[in-house]
Amino acid sequence: MDAILSLEGVGKTFPGAIALSEVSLSIARGETHIILGENGAGKSTLIKLLAGIYQPDSGLIAFNGQPYRPKTPHDAQQSGIRVVHQELNLLPYLSIAENLMLENLPRRAFGIVDRKALNSRALVLLKEVGLDIDPRIRVEALGVAQMQLVEIAKALSYDSKLLVLDEPTATLTPPEIERLFSIIKRLKAKGVTIIYISHRLHEVFEIGDRVTILRNGRLVATRDLHGLTVPDLVRMMIGRDIADEYGFDASIVLGKVALSVANLKRDVSTPDISFAVRHGEILGVAGLVGSGRTEAMRALFGADPKLDGVVEIDGKPVAIAAPKDAVRHGLSLLTEDRKGQGLLLDMAVDKNITITDLSKISRNGLLNRKTEAAAANDLVGQLRVKASSIEQAVRNLSGGNQQKVVLAKWLFRGTSTLILDEPTRGVDIGARREIYQLLWMLAARQKGIIMVSSDLPELMGMCHRIIVFSKNKIVGEVPRSDFDQERILSLAYQEYVRP
Amino acid sequence: MSETSEIAVAAPVSPGRAKFLRFLVRDAGVLLALVLIMLFFSATAPYFATSGNALKIFVQIAINTVLAAGMTFVILTGGIDLSVGSVLALCTVVGATVMINESLSPAAAITLALLACMATGAVCGFLNGWISTRWKIPSFIVTLGMLNMAAGAARVVSDNSTITGLPQSFVDFGNLIIGGFLPSIFLVAVLVIAAGWFVLRFTVFGRMIFAVGTNDEAVRLSGHNPDFYKVAAFTISGLTAGIAAMVYLLRLNIGSPIAGVGYELNAIAAVIIGGTSLSGGKGSIIGTLVGACILQVLSTGLQLLGVGDNFKPIVIGLVIVLAVILDAYRERLLRRIR
Ligand SMILES: Nc1ncnc2c1ncn2[C@@H]1O[C@H](COP(=O)(O)OP(=O)(O)OP(=O)(O)O)[C@@H](O)[C@H]1O
Ligand SMILES: [Mg+2]
Repeated sequence: MDAILSLEGVGKTFPGAIALSEVSLSIARGETHIILGENGAGKSTLIKLLAGIYQPDSGLIAFNGQPYRPKTPHDAQQSGIRVVHQELNLLPYLSIAENLMLENLPRRAFGIVDRKALNSRALVLLKEVGLDIDPRIRVEALGVAQMQLVEIAKALSYDSKLLVLDEPTATLTPPEIERLFSIIKRLKAKGVTIIYISHRLHEVFEIGDRVTILRNGRLVATRDLHGLTVPDLVRMMIGRDIADEYGFDASIVLGKVALSVANLKRDVSTPDISFAVRHGEILGVAGLVGSGRTEAMRALFGADPKLDGVVEIDGKPVAIAAPKDAVRHGLSLLTEDRKGQGLLLDMAVDKNITITDLSKISRNGLLNRKTEAAAANDLVGQLRVKASSIEQAVRNLSGGNQQKVVLAKWLFRGTSTLILDEPTRGVDIGARREIYQLLWMLAARQKGIIMVSSDLPELMGMCHRIIVFSKNKIVGEVPRSDFDQERILSLAYQEYVRP
Repeated sequence: MSETSEIAVAAPVSPGRAKFLRFLVRDAGVLLALVLIMLFFSATAPYFATSGNALKIFVQIAINTVLAAGMTFVILTGGIDLSVGSVLALCTVVGATVMINESLSPAAAITLALLACMATGAVCGFLNGWISTRWKIPSFIVTLGMLNMAAGAARVVSDNSTITGLPQSFVDFGNLIIGGFLPSIFLVAVLVIAAGWFVLRFTVFGRMIFAVGTNDEAVRLSGHNPDFYKVAAFTISGLTAGIAAMVYLLRLNIGSPIAGVGYELNAIAAVIIGGTSLSGGKGSIIGTLVGACILQVLSTGLQLLGVGDNFKPIVIGLVIVLAVILDAYRERLLRRIR
């Protein structure tokens, strides 16, 4: 085998965790290599070693037959390695175009940036990944999935020998994924080697040649993907089988309407929307990237201003001007952007969890650290958050474990209606199963649940009903008996294909 | 199942040890710096290591420590308060005016003066916070405006003159050295620090101050009103400026419209040297006390060494810059430990 990259006994230790130990692996030139593993298995750490963000404590890495020791991300890029990281790293106050070409801004005389060339080149790059958006918009205005596409476009704008994608599809919907896969196939045909990480096990068969499985920082196996099945992968990843993935609970009796939204209008240019969720019901929200699902939920929750609309909770109209009103009335919103809007990155796990309701762990304004630790430990155990202790800063958790902390903080609050925007983003299959069970437990306790997800099979597995957004509009509602991927997707496309 | 357990994750640094390392890097670092500086001056400067000199330092750091205590709250939320020096000046003239009112008994006059100082300071601080959050103006700008307004108000209230003639019992308390080693005004400073420490460490309010400084959008989406805590932090800073004004009156016995010039910079320096991060969310008020000590020890020590008044600010300025560099470095270290 002609190896483009080889690792020999590579190890990386952090205080409190051995992220990688004795990993030996070689990647063949031109192959698409999948890396799988549970949350915290060490996948992203491995990538960060290649990207020059961390340096290995032990072992050797060779790239193109030469010893490879990048000290900075710049070194890695110089060697021809491009990485799309799991956590998005765009500069929020610059435009999309500027972000895309930051390292190589088109210039005119005297070093003045050539805006025209900048924006037209950006437009081409964006078109390639299927993002139909003005490149002059600031990145801060984008949703997480759109940012993800910008990151991918940015990586594609450079010729690289090795392209690494760390969970690129965690927030994408089928059309973007399809497009990404056709790009990957095209690059592969050009001889580019690709390393690809994902928790969506079904998709990896479409593009992957070989798969490497990590568990607790060790390499479990490297195999040909051909001939393997999803259950095989699961068994290698977590050492056991997982029964029915979603566990739809048909015995739950739906109650009265818990939350209803009538004629919610965000701004003059968007149509108004209405929907309702009943006690005990899991309502799915489907739509393409940028279809206005997240924005609608944020407006409902008071996170963004809204023009008009009536929100009723248990039949009573409530005024929601800010998130604090929503929370007071028993709503929770788990935001899709965990880094920017969900977490206190530099604070400990326990403090992140209890922030939603400090009255539960205090008396007369005085904190009770024991109660807090007990409550946090309880949730950390329930969700199996992999952290060295509840005092570890959330920043140092793996992506999937950060996501579990965001979920834990709203479970701690224990409100009556939960709006979950991409609740399983980047969460491994075992933990997903546990989150689903938790949701069923909440539904059985007659809570109303609204679940926004880009993972259509997940919605179809979990929901009683799915409403579909297309261009900010609710274009349809599909009951469970009629669930059908094609039908939901064609609804999602509806407003875009119309002239 | 058994397969999973055989690859257990061994912890190279246990949580307990990580906690200890964290303490070493965050708090003990500044304390160590203070001890080293003191050892250096003890060895080189005559009279440095005398009880008389220690007393002098205690007296001299009182005002700055009180100001810096409130400043810590503001910086923890990610703001900055440039107005405390002139708010202090305003409070000294308000307090002194109340205190020299002859129709009141000394006890009543002193109590009223204390209340007036604290109220004046708190109102200024509240305005700082309210204006900057209500109109989303950087606190740097708003408090710069307040710096000028409070300075002007101090001149108006005092008719541009110093106010003397404070009650004798007040003056005596200011000179009191409890047990021969603890100046009364240093005790006041220590009490303010202790109160701040308690609030930041043990109360819901303190937790929210840290959270707001870490990510105010996440705090807002968790169902809180981050602006409330920002305004509160500025109000506390104003309040401590009022208390610092009383300390000023105790120490110098005059209310003066030109008091407090440049005090805000000393207070900010103490907070930063003490390890509180200018970007908010990280720091400790005990560090602030140590930071104030470092500043004063340096200043006194250099003086005893005969370093001229012109060179002293250069050295102190260097130390401040060094502290900020260390802060960046400390962040990197802490990230590895947590
Ligand atoms: N900077 C750090 N400091 C301390 N521990 C860290 C740090 N970075 C990662 N870790 C730990 O190393 C382990 C591996 O993390 P890594 O991010 O590589 O996981 P992952 O396989 O990418 O997981 P996920 O699927 O959730 O993204 C985790 O236990 C994590 O907590
Ligand atoms: Mg990862």
